[in-house]
Amino acid sequence: MTAPVLSVRGLRTDFATRAGRLTAVDGVSFDVGPGEVLGLVGESGSGKTITGFSILGLIDPPGEIVAGEVVLNGQNLRGLPEDAMRRLRGDRIAMIFQDPMMTLNPVLRIDTQLIETIRAHRDVGREAARQMAEAALAQVGIPSPAERLRAYPHELSGGMRQRVVIAAALMLEPDLIIADEPTTALDVTIQSQILYEMQRLMAERNTALIWITHDLTVVAGLAHRVAVMYAGRIVEMGAVDDLLDRPAHPYTHGLIHSIPSATPRGERLQPVRGMTPSLLNLPEGCAFAPRCPRADAACKTRPEERRIGDGRLVRCHHPLESGA
Amino acid sequence: MTALLSLDGLCQTYVNRPDLAERAANLMGAGYRETRVRAVDGVSLDIAPGEVVGLVGESGCGKSTLGRMVAGVEAPSAGRLAYRGTALEAMTPDQRRAWQLEVQMIFQDPFASLNPRMRIERIVGEAAVVHGLIRARDRRDYVADLMGKVGLAADMMTRYPHQFSGGQRQRVGIARALALKPRLIVCDEAISALDVSIQAQVLNLFEDLRAEFGFAYLFISHDLGAVAHIADRVAVMYLGRVVEIGAADDVFGDPRHPYTRALLAEAPRLDRRAQDFTPVTGEIPSPLDPPPGCTFHPRCPVAAPACREIVPQLQPGPTGRLAACLRETGEVT
Ligand SMILES: Nc1ncnc2c1ncn2[C@@H]1O[C@H](COP(=O)(O)OP(=O)(O)OP(=O)(O)O)[C@@H](O)[C@H]1O
Ligand SMILES: Nc1ncnc2c1ncn2[C@@H]1O[C@H](COP(=O)(O)OP(=O)(O)OP(=O)(O)O)[C@@H](O)[C@H]1O
Ligand code: SF4
Ligand code: SF4
Ligand SMILES: [Mg+2]
Ligand SMILES: [Mg+2]
Repeated sequence: MTAPVLSVRGLRTDFATRAGRLTAVDGVSFDVGPGEVLGLVGESGSGKTITGFSILGLIDPPGEIVAGEVVLNGQNLRGLPEDAMRRLRGDRIAMIFQDPMMTLNPVLRIDTQLIETIRAHRDVGREAARQMAEAALAQVGIPSPAERLRAYPHELSGGMRQRVVIAAALMLEPDLIIADEPTTALDVTIQSQILYEMQRLMAERNTALIWITHDLTVVAGLAHRVAVMYAGRIVEMGAVDDLLDRPAHPYTHGLIHSIPSATPRGERLQPVRGMTPSLLNLPEGCAFAPRCPRADAACKTRPEERRIGDGRLVRCHHPLESGA
Repeated sequence: MTALLSLDGLCQTYVNRPDLAERAANLMGAGYRETRVRAVDGVSLDIAPGEVVGLVGESGCGKSTLGRMVAGVEAPSAGRLAYRGTALEAMTPDQRRAWQLEVQMIFQDPFASLNPRMRIERIVGEAAVVHGLIRARDRRDYVADLMGKVGLAADMMTRYPHQFSGGQRQRVGIARALALKPRLIVCDEAISALDVSIQAQVLNLFEDLRAEFGFAYLFISHDLGAVAHIADRVAVMYLGRVVEIGAADDVFGDPRHPYTRALLAEAPRLDRRAQDFTPVTGEIPSPLDPPPGCTFHPRCPVAAPACREIVPQLQPGPTGRLAACLRETGEVT
């Protein structure tokens, strides 16, 4: 087996809030290999974005990475000085943020922003950088890229802003891309164009990709492996076919069955019953227990990760039969 | 029955002039020109009380711009907008206030639309107090109840927007819109950052509010599954215009416009694995420089020479469906 591009072990990130201290990421471990796409899915608020932020070292107080290792191409990133991290970001790891305005400065034109980014990492002149930026916009399906470079962020549609941010991440051809809900507001045509560019980059450069999304249909088409998060933990991980066709964890099962297209019009949709628990007040043992149809007394103790078949992990006392 | 909201030939054109540096460069022959985007180009649409109209179409085709005009966030550059039968220009101050209060928008970009310096309790509950819908001392309970409805724990009320996840922030935006008990909600990609289970919960909530209070929705989304599920009627936009409109079952079951067909054909599905994704075929037309005739012709698989010249109008075709395609109207065979 080839060495992974990224290896995360026992990552834990806490936040202090006015109402108490919470653990947003709780002992997360996974690997991503060269040219591999890991789909990271899970409930809203389950810790997907914070996992990405933690890998990039972007947790600010009152948040804190409490434990774990993040190893990129053999180098442990935890404890690396901030200026070294800054050089890595954009160059070897890029994150496409869920909210485009986290990357874009509202008062600067798109060209200014992209050119600065390129020149911070590459030794090229302004004009060469401008051409790189223009090509990057064309790559993500933005028509009239030369004119659009001169726009301010608010003059672009939501989906265009999202594409500018994707272009910025692809531009420098990093080793690892963490894409956080990158195509949520894009129509299928443009989404397909972007996924095509991603696949091409991965094939040509062996880029590793973590694709954070709630959209299982995109995961189905793109990912090789999938990890499912619930309340800060990975509750199930495995090859995409196994996991989507034979979910082992009751939460994964519920998630797959709440897709609207599977429900006839006018009929009530079937969300996973019950409410997301507050991270400040998690149930003892398995965090999913209050909502789980299979819960019993055993679930009062915290389920450990167990291996069920080749490369497949589940964190549940009573995984679904079909998953075994 | 009078429509709750009625649009007739609504337009929005954005004009961008070269800035100072560019005008200086022009003296040296740089050739920076004024750009005009016809973001919304003559849209006519009615929404009845309690009706859900889905709005779909490519990124950049003008959906948010249309939504912002409907909610009164920006004024149209041309065309007529009427609420409860009264045109914008003819509204009395009271009518205008009613329109602004009764039509609420859930913004596509929740982060930019929430005041970063306010705690959630105020963001969600303040306007309801100001408009006299609730008493100040009931605010906490009112907000807690709304947060529960969108699946957020009440202990999050004391947080600031940046302390939420993307999907949680989006639900704060939903709760804020619901707090004003509107009659029409413009949902601009309102559930795009939510996982399917919470999406289902929110869509069920929208349905309940419609059944109980007669809420109407303009539901903008690229998620065709969700639109098919919730909308009574669907309008399909392309480069600023509505190119097809009809009952949701009809449009999704038997799309008549070639663009609608392309849109439906590409919808990703759970059973499509290890896809080789394909780049966009043909050129994506730019709203800065729309093609002549039917703006879809550079990408249309059944385009005829006449499509480069004649602008198709939204008209009933052989099935009675309103579509803007020369093949539907019989002008091209
Ligand atoms: N700055 C913060 N302070 C306190 N809590 C936070 C902060 N940032 C995030 N959280 C909490 O940490 C948890 C994980 O957040 P994260 O953004 O990782 O969720 P997510 O899985 O990306 O969800 P979504 O799909 O909604 O974007 C959430 O419950 C969120 O409320
Ligand atoms: N303030 C503005 N100034 C100039 N152009 C603008 C402005 N706002 C929007 N536009 C342009 O208007 C067009 C339509 O934008 P709009 O945001 O309505 O699209 P949309 O259909 O909502 O797209 P998306 O699905 O990507 O959100 C785009 O070409 C956009 O660049
Ligand atoms: S451990 Fe128990 S409660 Fe948790 S998912 Fe498994 S069966 Fe359900
Ligand atoms: S008018 Fe012509 S180009 Fe336009 S959609 Fe119809 S057939 Fe295609
Ligand atoms: Mg997130
Ligand atoms: Mg939009």
